[in-house]
Amino acid sequence: MKIEVSFSALDPWAEIKAYQESRMDLNGKFGATACFVGTMRDFNEGDGVSKMILEHYPGMTEGQLEKLAVTAVERFPVLDLLLIHRVGELLPNDPIVLVAVWSAHRGAAFDACRMVMEELKSNAPFWKKEVLASGSRWVEKNTAG
Amino acid sequence: MGYSEISIPADGLTTVSDVLEAIDKTRTLTGTVLYAVNMQYAKVTTPVKDGDEVAFFPPVTGGSV
Repeated sequence: MKIEVSFSALDPWAEIKAYQESRMDLNGKFGATACFVGTMRDFNEGDGVSKMILEHYPGMTEGQLEKLAVTAVERFPVLDLLLIHRVGELLPNDPIVLVAVWSAHRGAAFDACRMVMEELKSNAPFWKKEVLASGSRWVEKNTAG
Repeated sequence: MGYSEISIPADGLTTVSDVLEAIDKTRTLTGTVLYAVNMQYAKVTTPVKDGDEVAFFPPVTGGSV
């Protein structure tokens, strides 16, 4: 399992490839890989967004993500899980979050991936600040999905 | 409240609620507030002791879509 919070640019597809290649012990064991990649859009609630600042609580954020990943692995028959989340300044089109799950069959992969994303949205200590033409604002609530 | 971090004496503080009282006498914190003690989610009734890190923050808005 790899859980990371990072200030550096995220290339989700390269990360998935690199991680899968590093887990050669899983070759032949997994039949399913489910992934979710979240990307910053340039529009929210009717306003153009030029930049976003993603704040976190160093220590607690990582801890909560680890707890979350462990829950997913305990609840579903998952072979491995990769979770990387950006923090800091983001521009439209920047990948923000990556969740990848490997399992023998597709049910667990889809379910675990979904569960991690939904829980992350409601529990993980991150706060988004959007920069608009008219100034900046803190996002009040998550979209429904 | 004008600062992100502050250290206060622990004397007489037994719960998160006491800490909140001690740092926010003029009730500047409005809206929904979440609590954490030593980086675990907590409630106003959660006990605190000397050396604990208590955090107050708004509802989380992370992930992406």
